[in-house]
Amino acid sequence: MSMIRESDRSRIATLAADPQDRGGPGTSLLSVRGLIKHFGRTAGLFSQRRSVVRAVDGIDFEVAKGETLGIVGESGCGKSTTARLIMQIIVPDAGDILFDGEEVGSHALSLGEFRQQAQMVFQDSYSSLNPRLTVEDTIAFGPRVHGLSRRTAIARAHDLLHRVGLEPSRFAGCYPHEISGGQRQRVNIARSLALEPRLLILDEAVSALDKSVEAQVLNLLLDLKEEFGLTFIFISHDLNVVRFMSDRVMVMYLGKVAEVGPAESILALPRHPYTQALLASMPSMDPDNRTQEAPVSGDPPNPINPPSGCRFHPRCKVVATLCAHSEPAPHDVGAGHLAACHLANPESGHPRLAAA
Amino acid sequence: MAAIADALTRVPVKASRGYWTGVVARLARDPTAMVALTIILVIVAAAILAPLIAPADPYKGSMIRRLRPIGFPGYPLGSDELGRDMLTRLIYGGRLSLFIGVAPVICAFVIGSSVGIFAGYLGGRINTLLMRIIDVFFAFPSVLLAIALSGALGAGIFNSIVSLTIVFVPQIARVAESVTTQIRSRDYVEAARISGAGPVTIVRVHVLGNVLGPIFVYATGLISVSMILASGLSFLGLGVKPPDPEWGLMLNTLRTAIYTQPLVAALPGVMIFLTSISFNLFSDGLRSAMEVKQ
Amino acid sequence: MSAPMVDVQRLTVDFAVGAKTIRAAAGVDIEVEKGETLALLGESGSGKSVTLRALMRLHPKSARIGGAIRIDGRDVLKMTAAELSRYRGGIVSMVFQDPGLAFDPVYRVGDQIAEAVVRHTGVSFRAARARALELFERVRIPSPERRLDNYPHEMSGGMRQRAMIALALAYRPKVLLADEPTTALDATVQIQVLLLLRELQRELGLAVIFVTHDIGVAVEVADRIAVMYGGRIVELGPCAKIIRAPAHPYTQGLLMSRGDGTAKGGRLVAIPGSPPDLANLPPGCAFAPRCSRVIEECRKKVPAAVIIEPGHVACCVRAQPAEVFLQRSETFSCRTAGLIGADVRPDWRPHTTRRPS
Repeated sequence: MSMIRESDRSRIATLAADPQDRGGPGTSLLSVRGLIKHFGRTAGLFSQRRSVVRAVDGIDFEVAKGETLGIVGESGCGKSTTARLIMQIIVPDAGDILFDGEEVGSHALSLGEFRQQAQMVFQDSYSSLNPRLTVEDTIAFGPRVHGLSRRTAIARAHDLLHRVGLEPSRFAGCYPHEISGGQRQRVNIARSLALEPRLLILDEAVSALDKSVEAQVLNLLLDLKEEFGLTFIFISHDLNVVRFMSDRVMVMYLGKVAEVGPAESILALPRHPYTQALLASMPSMDPDNRTQEAPVSGDPPNPINPPSGCRFHPRCKVVATLCAHSEPAPHDVGAGHLAACHLANPESGHPRLAAA
Repeated sequence: MAAIADALTRVPVKASRGYWTGVVARLARDPTAMVALTIILVIVAAAILAPLIAPADPYKGSMIRRLRPIGFPGYPLGSDELGRDMLTRLIYGGRLSLFIGVAPVICAFVIGSSVGIFAGYLGGRINTLLMRIIDVFFAFPSVLLAIALSGALGAGIFNSIVSLTIVFVPQIARVAESVTTQIRSRDYVEAARISGAGPVTIVRVHVLGNVLGPIFVYATGLISVSMILASGLSFLGLGVKPPDPEWGLMLNTLRTAIYTQPLVAALPGVMIFLTSISFNLFSDGLRSAMEVKQ
Repeated sequence: MSAPMVDVQRLTVDFAVGAKTIRAAAGVDIEVEKGETLALLGESGSGKSVTLRALMRLHPKSARIGGAIRIDGRDVLKMTAAELSRYRGGIVSMVFQDPGLAFDPVYRVGDQIAEAVVRHTGVSFRAARARALELFERVRIPSPERRLDNYPHEMSGGMRQRAMIALALAYRPKVLLADEPTTALDATVQIQVLLLLRELQRELGLAVIFVTHDIGVAVEVADRIAVMYGGRIVELGPCAKIIRAPAHPYTQGLLMSRGDGTAKGGRLVAIPGSPPDLANLPPGCAFAPRCSRVIEECRKKVPAAVIIEPGHVACCVRAQPAEVFLQRSETFSCRTAGLIGADVRPDWRPHTTRRPS
């Protein structure tokens, strides 16, 4: 990266003041290499062929401090599994996860310490909250586990409720079933901030909300991000929302990264045919200019037996024989934009490149 | 931001009701459950207040006035084969029958829940190991198992309570394990793990409150089974020993009176039936009241 | 002028929940012509699904339905059980959000469709299977002969949804009701199903009522859009008018909160508050607590429909069409990189509406 953009400059200045910062502004907050997770039955007594779900099959990405990385993809792409792998709810089969330069689970950074610095907000606002606990008890749970007294923890809970726009005097003693979906999601956000984390993973956090409430919660997230100097990983299937929220975007397909790079670059000039198809699949907002042809046919396939070579090749409109045999590695097409497609790599030997 | 906060506070929020308050309110609106509860309370009250309300001495018999019918002067519900007042015997009998019916369920609830929640939360091999051991007990029909255990341990109240507890622990453990496994995969338990809480804290704060309810409902349904089994054990001579009044035992000793005073002979059975079905209906009502979710 | 295929007047649906009565739909008027698609657009609690299900009388007997529903000239609310079973499927058919709802998991899909055809028309099973095959081809399921023998769990989400559409069309209905059929589908599958529905409607001349919460989906399928809030229709008009010049504050708020073209680092224009609680609707306009243009009169009584233009009405005292255009967003415009090759058609097209400054 040659130039530091203006927006980055102020971000870096804020980061310099962050007392929890260990690696300095140049280090990515989160660095993931070769992450793999397969789900499958171990070979049984009768040695049947194992059916392995290759949920995440070797992905690499970085999240810089203070930025929002949007992860998009359809069902089976592995984005939710990736979130759970980062949070160590599921144990990875292989791969390194570095948080601020230190390996998670190692001597330098224990799992407990990591969990205090990285938190997650789930999609279903109702099942994310214990129906037997009041709102303030739910938010205060994390701090109390880490040793704060009940009074301090409740005070912090009230403060967070206020910051997420829920007046403590009305909402602190409520139970989850007494408040609306948008309010519950605010409680979830408040809970995730109770331990003062640096990284927040939002796994489809607004997908289940009504559109009018979704806008409120997105605004809230942006306000909180500025106020607390947070870094976001924003997982969503809604490209519009991802465009609005993200600095960089990563597109996943069947457990692999199809494309990753700055948001404007990816969404304005996508280089991977799947990203192009995904963008083209968004419903048109112009009644005079409706979609006339489906950009891609068929359903997203099952991650149990992914296609050979490039995983998208059975559905790709510009497929060539090369694509079925060799899996393209992510290729840099400039300014930090990587696309895992043979067409993006001038040396790949894809027939259409020769024609250009 | 402030404008949004304002708008949100204008949204009316009802006075907060705890979960159990809601359950009690819904239960109060269920006529079947309320009638059943009333019957249970009456029987329990009668059992507790037995010395105060019983008209006669349950052990004092009279050889002349044996097997008198219902409504005989001095014997409101008749007399049994040894001339003892049936009403008194039934009221005192309630004590032992209820005790032998409820105590095993309470013990099994404690033991079974612990095993089930432990297995359910840990999952994996420990779960498999514990649950397969529990499964062994399911191979035996409960009645046979109760009889076999009672026979092995010997007759008596304490022994029948022990054998019934052993019969019920596997059933409760299985329910506990299944509910715990469901709850364990909920997002809020995952969120608690992410907060860094240890398993004991998570079970105490998040799992217990959500799991004990359904197990409790299942257990109240078991009370009726327990009473019938206990009565059965007494009937077979494996439980309470004469002359102690207990409904099952009374059924046994009044067996031959079926031909001469069928109504009197059936009375203990009616009490067992009434109590069992009340517990069942109440348990059903409780389950419905607890199932309602926003 | 013939009567519209679907003619609903003053529809009300009341549910008794515990001690309270919830009015899920409060005076809904709908008219749909043959060959026309009407979208019912709204959030949760708006009454859109309830209205739709009332048209097929899918509500339990405890629900009280008021008003008049005439479909294909028949009075739906007065039908007997026998007439209803001929009506459902034969005149009006429904497609649900969850394709699993329509199919029994233990029988093959083809057999289920064929059985339905046999029961309704009385033809032989073989003829019914042939009809099932024809339907599968019509909904563009690849390898239809093979798919007929699939069980529901063997089919992917998009395939199951197509199969449900096939089942819905089995009896040649005249009206198709769609209750959020694409909400649970991935984006690439959703657009395929929407195009399919559009194509089928054109071919078969169906009248379609499509319930959705997604504006984009409504734009793709609908000729007219009815925006619902709090159990009432608050705005109704041609698709282009609703999207480009909405008159009701709620519709305007919905469109503006989409954030197309919002500058990076900016905030969305959000409607404050939450969707209404149908058990506690305020007197007067249901949207009043959240409206930025509210005045005293709004809270007193429910606003009557104001005619903005012929065919475009809004139920608001202060209805005013605002030119809410969406900014020409270069973000999603079509450009092909030279490397890909000129003969590849651009795969996406521009969103070409503008927002005035």
